[in-house]
Amino acid sequence: MNKSVEIRWHGRGGQGAKTAALLLADVAFKAGKYVQGFPEYGPERMGAPITAYNRISDTPITVHSNIYEPDYVVVVDETLLESIDVTKGLNKEGAIIINTTRCVEEVKPLLNGYEGGVYTVDARAISIKALGKNYPNSPMLAAAVAVSKVMDKGEFLNEMRASFQHKFAKKPEVIDGNMMALELAFEEVG
Amino acid sequence: MAIRERLSGNEAVAYAIKQINPDVFPAFPITPSTEIPQYVANYIANGEIDTEFIHVESEHSAMSATLGASAAGARALTATSSCGMALMWEELYVAASDRLPIVLALVNRALTGPININADHSDSMGARDSGWIQIYAETNQEAYDNFLQAFPIAEHKDVHLPIMICQDGFITSHGVENILLVEDDLVKDFVGEYEPEHYLLNAKEKMSVGPYAVSNYYMETKRAQRQAMMNAKRVILDMAEKFEKMTGRKYGFFEEYRMEDAEYAIVIIGSAAGTCKAAIEQIRATTGKKVGLIKIRVFRPFPEEELAAALSKVKAVAIMDRCEMFSATSGPLGAEVRAALYQAKSDVEAVNYFYGLGGRDITVQDFEDIYNRLEKIAETHEITDMYSYIGLREK
Repeated sequence: MNKSVEIRWHGRGGQGAKTAALLLADVAFKAGKYVQGFPEYGPERMGAPITAYNRISDTPITVHSNIYEPDYVVVVDETLLESIDVTKGLNKEGAIIINTTRCVEEVKPLLNGYEGGVYTVDARAISIKALGKNYPNSPMLAAAVAVSKVMDKGEFLNEMRASFQHKFAKKPEVIDGNMMALELAFEEVG
Repeated sequence: MAIRERLSGNEAVAYAIKQINPDVFPAFPITPSTEIPQYVANYIANGEIDTEFIHVESEHSAMSATLGASAAGARALTATSSCGMALMWEELYVAASDRLPIVLALVNRALTGPININADHSDSMGARDSGWIQIYAETNQEAYDNFLQAFPIAEHKDVHLPIMICQDGFITSHGVENILLVEDDLVKDFVGEYEPEHYLLNAKEKMSVGPYAVSNYYMETKRAQRQAMMNAKRVILDMAEKFEKMTGRKYGFFEEYRMEDAEYAIVIIGSAAGTCKAAIEQIRATTGKKVGLIKIRVFRPFPEEELAAALSKVKAVAIMDRCEMFSATSGPLGAEVRAALYQAKSDVEAVNYFYGLGGRDITVQDFEDIYNRLEKIAETHEITDMYSYIGLREK
């Protein structure tokens, strides 16, 4: 990759779309990239639609506006498909990744005729299998990396393991579960 | 070697505070303050620094306590944003007239109403006449770098004025970007220890701070304050030079970006300058048109002559304000840049655009449109929209 990749995240307040965007910025930063991770702030309340963004580049980034023509869109909450035009401005050469139990053919009619790549991930099932709880964040982050290829899988997993080891220093038992969630998401969109 | 990191603007300023380890930090620990006191409180709780954190009941009290600490002889600071700063209003003037070298970490956000929490320069621009030095940042890096320079500027014996280090709310304060941090020992050397010449807790020198001044004294006090602000210009440049020697990063009153041959220029403050730079690169690459940017870093003291000189060769300039002042004519930056051009007897065509109020986004395309407008103005010498808006819905 030798260009700027722009990613837009759609989620609902409390689901961690903003955290996922910041985590992606983190891991790409550790892989040597220039990064931006930022949320669009409105009245913050649980369940309200929220948008977050990433720019990831090999060269310094100066633009400070929101992203209107993203290369990739990640939808953390599929109920947003009915209320928000999630593919607005989305690059036809890019892709959309949706957290859903449905298959690609089932969600395509909801995407306003979007012609690019469509990927689905059952982040809830993955999270429950790997962690016993619904944390859609980690699987969606892995799916975003797998589809956008902003960094390679081995590098991503190494960096994530290091950051989980730091984050869960007092709860090492959850590290393997989190790593498994990432692996499963990679497989699902791979 | 600089430390490569990625931090939000709030984290970056909090980290600078940690490295400086100031004496006293009074703050009102809730919105409309910022995450900055929260992060610093963590550093203190973890025993990483020994700053005395004072929980106060309002922003009025936050600045009052900072005043008291600074007058006593401590290196003191506080942080706020938006209406929080509005509640400090009375004390802002007291800090400046008492010549207290307080640092205020300010995250620029809109003032109510309607209620809005987003990026806008209304808060600090409203305080532009309060006697504080004001320095603005485009990026998290600049917010951090400016903060490191703040105490040395404010505490300089020829200055002794409070200083606010401003950054754009959410855009940089909550946005994570790459940043280069300076090593702790270099920061310590650069900022140094604060040794006030005169302070209340000095038993050997009895003094009073903030006394009543009758008409017979008030005006001379104000003249002395003006002198301090004039002196600040040299000190700001000296500190920038010293900072450049340490980090290689160059600062001045403003940044000139692609101005060497520019025919059309934009003058702007804050984070949107980066978006403008992307537009400049695109325009120059695709059309070869000579477009440039002046990004104001230091708004108080105002670099009037330097700005006029920097704009002397352009054909047209758009001065961009991220807040209203409801004069029904210019915004604050527009008025002052125009005055600078008038003083310099410049004949450059100058227009004033309002943008980004209450966090309204401004894009690369918006800046391309502005340069197109400037080109047309330079050709026709007809200005139909001297005070206009960018990104305003007209319907």
